Amino acid sequence: MNNHFDVIIIGGGAAGLTAGIYLSRAKLSTLILNEGTVGGQMVLTHEIANYPGIESISGYQLARNMKAQAQKFGCTIKSNLKITGIELSGDMKQITVNESDVYTSNAVIIATGGKSRTIGVPGEENMKGKGISYCATCDGDFFQDKEIIVVGGGNSALEEAVSLTKYASKVTIVHQFDHFQAFEHYVEEAKLNSKINFIMESKIVEFIGDEKLTGVKIQNIASNEIAKMTIEGVFIFIGYVPNTEKLDGMVELNQWKEIVVDKNMATNIPGVYAAGDSIAKRYRQVTTAVADGTIAALSAADYLNSLKKAFIPVEV
Amino acid sequence: MLHTNLTHVLSEQDHSKILQENENVMICCGRMGPMCIPVYEVMEELESEYKNVKFADMEFDTPDAKVIRNLPECRSFQGIPFVVYYKNGQVVKATSSIQSIEQVTTILDQNFGK
Repeated sequence: MNNHFDVIIIGGGAAGLTAGIYLSRAKLSTLILNEGTVGGQMVLTHEIANYPGIESISGYQLARNMKAQAQKFGCTIKSNLKITGIELSGDMKQITVNESDVYTSNAVIIATGGKSRTIGVPGEENMKGKGISYCATCDGDFFQDKEIIVVGGGNSALEEAVSLTKYASKVTIVHQFDHFQAFEHYVEEAKLNSKINFIMESKIVEFIGDEKLTGVKIQNIASNEIAKMTIEGVFIFIGYVPNTEKLDGMVELNQWKEIVVDKNMATNIPGVYAAGDSIAKRYRQVTTAVADGTIAALSAADYLNSLKKAFIPVEV
Repeated sequence: MLHTNLTHVLSEQDHSKILQENENVMICCGRMGPMCIPVYEVMEELESEYKNVKFADMEFDTPDAKVIRNLPECRSFQGIPFVVYYKNGQVVKATSSIQSIEQVTTILDQNFGK
């Protein structure tokens, strides 16, 4: 099997798949290497109602469509693998998968996306699915007429807190600051809901439970006082972190570990581009990821053309 | 019916049949949502690698899914999907909520081998 490609795309979310579609359609051999589920964060969205030209579609279906479209143009997609080595310097880029399979290319597009931020306190991993959830629409109905906590202060936290009042008898929002980052209308809606109350300037420091979650310890950040609260359900919505751990020291990252790119999605390394939720930008939407992926693909194609021109032998 | 490429368990009868006909069975009982879809994809990916395991799904909200929802091993579960691993018809492991390919393969290797 030929393991050399014109372009390797790391990540198979909206940005990576779009880049795959553009590059394969341009007859450039393209490989997408994806560590998780194809579709990335897009798959986590039940309904996408703001993708131009499509009135309503599930994130899963849109991801499947994009994947099929990329494959139709000849893009190779490998998913659920582990990237164990990345070499980006020099003209020949090299990506190692599962410690043994080596793939090379002349250009790389990094589209590794982001992942849900976890609190990272004792008990969180063990209680996942046993009282701790990161998806209100998936698990809300397990908490019919029960009291629950929602952690976070952004749009997702406030919106999901309101939606969880369909099931829960009481929703307590725990947030680390004295104000919310969410849009005002989400805050207003939550404040007007009689089932919702707030614990501000506080954070969960421990999840308690054996077979299932029975309570949490909440620390007031100002006073450091810790109180125990009996609770069976906690929903966590505290934002996303970029998947760039493996790139630290290879490409320029900013203080939030996001990849720094120029307007052509070029990183500081020649032949290496980045797109989607892993780059430094303000708005993270499927549409912006698609736009980033397009630009990165066209820029990578330009770069490959410039390499070819540089190697045209001069006749004498 | 779930939109996956896995074998679908549609009824209690299907559930009994699949356990009778296969020594090692992994059934993911879920919906087409963000916590479940990644697990179906992992199973689809592993199907060709673990020829000794029958991979199947079942719709969480179908009444017959009580054969999984009401298992004692799933009593404490409060997150979908419920994933149950059977050997010779007996539950050997059950997990709740999203699982990575590493977590799934660890369970498959420990209980079924390759």
